[in-house]
Amino acid sequence: MLESLRRILALIRKELLATLKDPRGRFVLFAPPVIQCVIFGYVASYDLNDVPYAVIDRDRGGASHEILARLDGTGVFHRVANLTDEGELKAYIDDRRALLVLVIGPDFEREIQSGRSAALQVVADGRNSNTAGTALGYVGAVVEDFNADWRTAHGAAQAPLSLIDRVWYNPNLETRWNFIPSLVGTLTMLQTLLLTTLSIAREREQGTFDQLLVTPFRPGEIMVGMAVPSVLIGAGQATTILLVAQLWFRIPFAGSYLTLYSGLLLFLLAAVGIGLLLSSIAATMQQATLYTFVLMMPFMLLSGLTTPIANMPVAVQYFTRINPLRYAIDIAQRVYLEGVGFGRLGADLWPLAALALVTLPLAAWTFRRRLT
Amino acid sequence: MKRSIAFSLRFTAKLRRVRALVWKEVHQIVRDPSTIAIGVVLPVILIVLFGYALSLDVKHAPLAVVLEDRSPAATALASGFELSPYFRVRIMRSMAQAQELMLQREVDGVVRVREDFARRLGQGGAEVQILVHGGDANRARIIIGYVRGAVAQWAVRRGAEGRSAEAGPVVVVDRLWFNEANDSHYFLVPGLIVLIMTLIGAFLTSLVIAREWERGTLEALFVTPVRVDEILLGKTIPYFVLGLIGLALCIVSAKYVFLVPLRGSAWVLAAVSMLYLLVALALGLYISSAVKSQFVASQITLLVTFMPAMLLSGFLFDLRSMPAPVRLISYMLPARYYVALLQTIFLAGDVWSVILPNAAILAGMAALLSLLGWRVTHKQLA
Amino acid sequence: MNGQAAAPALCARGVHKSFRRETGETVQALDGVSVEVAAGSLAALVGPDGAGKTTLIRLATGLLRADAGELSVLGIDAAARPQEVQNRVGYMPQRFGLYEDLSVGENLDLYAELHGVGAEGHAQRYPQLMQMTGLGPFTRRLAGQLSGGMRQKLGLACTLVCSPQLLLLDEPTVGVDPLSRRELWEIIDHLVEREGLTVLLSTSYLHEAERCHQAIVLNQGRVLVQGAPRLVTDRAAGRSFLAVPPSGQNPRDFQAKLLDGPGIVDAVPQGSRVRVVCDASEDAASPLDGAALIPVPPRFEDGFMTLLRQVAGGGGAAPISLGRPLQRHGGDAVVRVRDLVRTFGRFTAVDHVSFEVRRGEIFGLLGPNGAGKTTTFRMLCGLLPASGGSLEVAGSDLRSARAAGRQHIGYVAQKFSLYGQLSVRENLSFFASAYGLHGALRRERIAWAMEQFGLQPMERLPSCQLPGGYKQRLAMAAALLHEPELLFLDEPTSGADPLARRGFWRRINALAGQGVTVIVTTHFMEEAEYCDRIVILDSGLLLAQGTPDEVRGHAIGAGREPTMEEAFIAVVERTRGRDGAGPQA
Repeated sequence: MLESLRRILALIRKELLATLKDPRGRFVLFAPPVIQCVIFGYVASYDLNDVPYAVIDRDRGGASHEILARLDGTGVFHRVANLTDEGELKAYIDDRRALLVLVIGPDFEREIQSGRSAALQVVADGRNSNTAGTALGYVGAVVEDFNADWRTAHGAAQAPLSLIDRVWYNPNLETRWNFIPSLVGTLTMLQTLLLTTLSIAREREQGTFDQLLVTPFRPGEIMVGMAVPSVLIGAGQATTILLVAQLWFRIPFAGSYLTLYSGLLLFLLAAVGIGLLLSSIAATMQQATLYTFVLMMPFMLLSGLTTPIANMPVAVQYFTRINPLRYAIDIAQRVYLEGVGFGRLGADLWPLAALALVTLPLAAWTFRRRLT
Repeated sequence: MKRSIAFSLRFTAKLRRVRALVWKEVHQIVRDPSTIAIGVVLPVILIVLFGYALSLDVKHAPLAVVLEDRSPAATALASGFELSPYFRVRIMRSMAQAQELMLQREVDGVVRVREDFARRLGQGGAEVQILVHGGDANRARIIIGYVRGAVAQWAVRRGAEGRSAEAGPVVVVDRLWFNEANDSHYFLVPGLIVLIMTLIGAFLTSLVIAREWERGTLEALFVTPVRVDEILLGKTIPYFVLGLIGLALCIVSAKYVFLVPLRGSAWVLAAVSMLYLLVALALGLYISSAVKSQFVASQITLLVTFMPAMLLSGFLFDLRSMPAPVRLISYMLPARYYVALLQTIFLAGDVWSVILPNAAILAGMAALLSLLGWRVTHKQLA
Repeated sequence: MNGQAAAPALCARGVHKSFRRETGETVQALDGVSVEVAAGSLAALVGPDGAGKTTLIRLATGLLRADAGELSVLGIDAAARPQEVQNRVGYMPQRFGLYEDLSVGENLDLYAELHGVGAEGHAQRYPQLMQMTGLGPFTRRLAGQLSGGMRQKLGLACTLVCSPQLLLLDEPTVGVDPLSRRELWEIIDHLVEREGLTVLLSTSYLHEAERCHQAIVLNQGRVLVQGAPRLVTDRAAGRSFLAVPPSGQNPRDFQAKLLDGPGIVDAVPQGSRVRVVCDASEDAASPLDGAALIPVPPRFEDGFMTLLRQVAGGGGAAPISLGRPLQRHGGDAVVRVRDLVRTFGRFTAVDHVSFEVRRGEIFGLLGPNGAGKTTTFRMLCGLLPASGGSLEVAGSDLRSARAAGRQHIGYVAQKFSLYGQLSVRENLSFFASAYGLHGALRRERIAWAMEQFGLQPMERLPSCQLPGGYKQRLAMAAALLHEPELLFLDEPTSGADPLARRGFWRRINALAGQGVTVIVTTHFMEEAEYCDRIVILDSGLLLAQGTPDEVRGHAIGAGREPTMEEAFIAVVERTRGRDGAGPQA
């Protein structure tokens, strides 16, 4: 038992040395996650802060002036042109000079004064309908403000109905807050898979595997010795990303580290199990890289990172249940932003534990079978 | 005359060498299961995922409506939510219960109608509270918008019945050009083409020259009449064809399976795609010849082509909203221009004022990168 | 094409070339080399590792550019117009880059097309090449599935499709068994004699240099001798002897003693006797101790060793000493193999092989490429399960009695296979722990290995950057840390130069002398002489078994005493002839 432990420790030490000693290896392990994390943080956002728009104002009254001034005052909208006819409108949208074109009819002011509703027409470039929808939402909010103030100023009755919205856990609706904690799972999984499959493929390709097998190592010990360093390095990467999130982006951490790391551990074990399974079909390092990538794409896309799982067809939603990344992202976001404890994470922890309990023994079995 | 014969002889010899190298590459592609996995299997998986599984549109979002007031007005408001295709509504009485559901993430939002709703509606100043889970900011924003929409519709219905609650002095009437159905597939599927072209063009080719260096196959190849440009052409042509197959697969499935309209001409689309493919190939080959190691080449390629194609191309995230340094970087990335071209050709049509400048930039990049690749590959050992 | 016959095919004048290592130091690979190879001749480039052989050949192909000096190939300046050189020469690198996922035919077609061989050229050249190389039946097989010998022949064929004017071959016969080597040489001889081709090749099989028109001996980037091979051989004229060991003395021990003696240039075992080369002084008398000396004609190798001794001075590797000697020559069998069978699908790689290895013996496993040596070896080490029969290594079957049995064996793979990124010390430390050594014992064993194998100066260097000879030593050191009773060596000397080979065998000798059982596979037939007993395998069958002298006895009839290589070829060919067909490859 002690002997076995010593051997495993030696293997772990060797594996860590081999991975971390090479400056190129260190670079590949830690630089891309940080770079990606920072870029993601700035880029991966559905929030808009620059919406170019054009306007056709046929009224030129006080109300239209006020609305446009409010739009320009947001700092988000900037007017690129004042147009006069509809033909120009098409040109501005077509060649992307403007995301929105506002059309204000000649009777705008008069309609408002007479107590009727005046229509503010907005034409949006729907080539990216998500962006367009968000921009339209911003316009709606500005108009709503205008309405409320107008009523107060003109002594009109208070609006019969007002909507008060509050967003939990992310009051300013910053996409970054959601994205960066999810990266703890995503980037870590990519690297962990790659590391596990590559370390075995490398042993095979360089012929050191045979050398290992003629030593007193048992297959189980080799498996553990390969799995533990990947988990450790994965945890190291997760920590790096957490640090970037807190120190660079200053996203407040609401939960407990114990909960987060326990969840991550289960996740890493499941990921390493998948990596070990994958390594049994990858004969060369090239194949290890490519297969990892082929596997990682669906895992990433079906994790809820870029598009919500709730939007997926039911059959695909079932598939996402075997996707460890889905649970990891959920755990990371909820522990990080909501501060939930173990009690509320059952739905995420159990599937991860089950995945680890299936993939690891299965990997051990295929590993042993390949040897004999 | 004599000179032209000599030239054509030289040219035929060149063609033969390129042809031989192309066939060699084709055999290798066909025989390596991992190349097939990236070149064919992954695109198919991606097409299916992007077409069927991924969507940014909010539909049937689970929503708790807490009716503390049981007046007809409140019930009418609640039924307005039930009628909306955007929500799957659970009506309940207690706020605590609804909050619990939100903590469990059983619902994405809670709409609270207070018990004095009907009374204050008459007096003015009635409130409807909306609580949204911010776990996904984009989704949260869309849900708030839809809740507002549902409430506004209810107000319009009431107005039509002659009761007060008019819509307000200014109403926004929006029209979404190019994507009237407000369907996110319209931009996800063209975006998918960028990803697949990048994968086949750059990721796969970044491995191929490095592999030859690592396996030592180039040394013998160099000591033949073969020229550097021929080796590069021999690598480019097969992957170009593989890319075209992927492209055809994407365009056909976009148009006929996912019913994304193709408003521009298919020829223009094919032409600009070929341009982008050339850029990606040249980039992959350049990295591969410069680095000479498969592992490092694949990592660099992922970092400089695939991640940017996904994040910095404007396919998912709006480029104009990015900080200036990142925006500057995005100008150096070919994917940005290709995304602009694809979105325009698919959804807007042949808008030459968009197509010509973007295509010109891609052509310039292809030329520059090919030149770099040619300069960096020497028939010399280090 | 056959312009001025007098012009040399290759002419180097004062060529210098240096490289910068990753560690920053500069290595002078070629230091003022001037060489001429006459058109239509066959020239051999010989010398120890790092002499600059490969660099010179690469310069000639235009793949490298010289720092100084002139190099013209076929009258063309190789540095200025490399493409024109590359159009005209055929080049086979040390590791010929065959496309493993292309078939034999596809590889050939590729090179034919690249060289612009027309349809008629095809029709003419292909049958000829196929007949020469014997690859005809295998055109559809993938190159990756060929045996080492066939690969080399395919590589050669690929360089020959275009009828080049000059053929540059870098170690074409490394890792190739004697039979395939002979076939390769038949092809080369044919090309030179019949087709008037000029060939320049490098080799570490010194006797191959003897059959060339010209030998160029390189050492540390300088030319030592250039001219007819006789020039080298004659250096040892009158100084080569067969020494009969004094009665009661093992020839191997005698040889070891001789190597250390003053006045002795070289000593290698040959059957029950030792082949000795003395130097010009008369000092040799004392170590020989009055042993009977039979004068023999010198070989190229003798001259070569004399030459190197003059330049480099004496001294090889010091013999090794184990921490504590194991009990010696118990005579009991440590390895028992009975009716061992291994099949891969329908192919039988090892076919009912039986042999025993006794404690303290050096046991050689010989055979052509694809004979089943490595398969047998892998089964003995427990890396591959047997399909049938029984085997017992140090009292257990390594497959079933995993951890316990493997504690007794050490294994050195054919290819250097320690962790390249780790330093020398880290590698040793890892393998010590792998074998369950810890604490003071571990430190002691690592210190022992560092000292015995002279690894101290390289302690911190990543092992992938070690010079070739040190890699071999490190691999041996790692395999001996846990004081195994049994040492498995798979082609340990493939690609090593003659000096390194001698150093290596001295260590093995010393180990066996201290009771370690050594099982070794090798392609160098003269190395079989170092073994106590050998078996010869071919097509999975055991063909001959016994002491080197006994096996040599199979080939009596050549008039003189046959070399080990001749004996080997005779044994294999006799069996193949009897079966009527060639090996089922």
